[in-house]
Amino acid sequence: MSELLIILLLLMIVGALVAIETSNLLSSIISVGAVGFLLSIVFLFLGAPDIAITQIVVEILVLVVLIRATISRDLTTITGDRELFGMIVTVAAVLAVAVLSVHMFEQFPPFGVAVMDRVAGAPSTTYLEQGLAKTGAANIVTAILLDFRGYDTLGEATILFCSILGALTILRRKARKKQAEADKESESA
Amino acid sequence: MNGRSSREGMSVIVKTVTRWVEGFILLYGIYIVLYGHLTPGGGFAGGVIIACAFILLTLAEGQRVASKTLNPAVAAELDSVGALIFLGVAVAGLVVAQVFFKNIIATPEAAQFHLFSAGVILPCNIGIGIKVGVSLFLVFAMLSALHVTVRQDGKRDLVRRGKDES
Repeated sequence: MSELLIILLLLMIVGALVAIETSNLLSSIISVGAVGFLLSIVFLFLGAPDIAITQIVVEILVLVVLIRATISRDLTTITGDRELFGMIVTVAAVLAVAVLSVHMFEQFPPFGVAVMDRVAGAPSTTYLEQGLAKTGAANIVTAILLDFRGYDTLGEATILFCSILGALTILRRKARKKQAEADKESESA
Repeated sequence: MNGRSSREGMSVIVKTVTRWVEGFILLYGIYIVLYGHLTPGGGFAGGVIIACAFILLTLAEGQRVASKTLNPAVAAELDSVGALIFLGVAVAGLVVAQVFFKNIIATPEAAQFHLFSAGVILPCNIGIGIKVGVSLFLVFAMLSALHVTVRQDGKRDLVRRGKDES
């Protein structure tokens, strides 16, 4: 089980490195997609099918949007050497974060035991014991998301609504038309 | 070159397969939304699958057929409708039971594990599913409606697809 997880995580790291190092934008995006799909398999093996489904469908959507809408006509290849100072700073920062992370991991509770479980009468134990009786939802994840923690989900939906609103405002047709006309006028003048 | 409508989109093989599978993809997305309180999934995941069905239509048949199936103006309204359903459920709890987001429809024990259970969770999932589905499709439609051209001087132009090219 944990060996499988380690293999999957190593493959994810390899995919992420390929995504950074490759000079072709299309293969970089495909590597990022591979990382996302491996992550969904990891979620599946960790016993979180809800997250796995969401991860896999969002990954597909993002890949399609990235490939079709942003780079189909604008393939960028990156050339040039790497800055030595920037690389040293980056490696130092990564090492510092890694050392701190190892210190953090040592203080984690054992795998599968939530932090909140160690307190008597913790919310998570209450959810598990009375979730079905109180909400009537067989899927405890949905029961928590939309009933016990519905306020959080409302906040998330608001964030999504506002981001879509912003995206549509930036990409709307009218402003682009005016911009194109202004460009034409400045070119002819 | 025999008219743009037949040239738009991908090859006839892709179009035929799309006609066969897109209904099933849409149905699967609706199933994931409706059964979110019983099986893994829910409003968000199902909504993304619904959006993917429309995105497949856009890619295979072209922008025009897709916007005929789901008009972007209607989609923008549906986006607000989904958000309002979710908010309405939350406010209904406040009005009926004086608690924001209170589950006002109790589930008897006999109804557990059936489709119509879990009280307000089902309408919440439907609202989120509608919202996520149409809004992600809208973003894709807006993004794929323009493509980037790089001019000689390095400046970038955003041009609407389908007007200046055939």
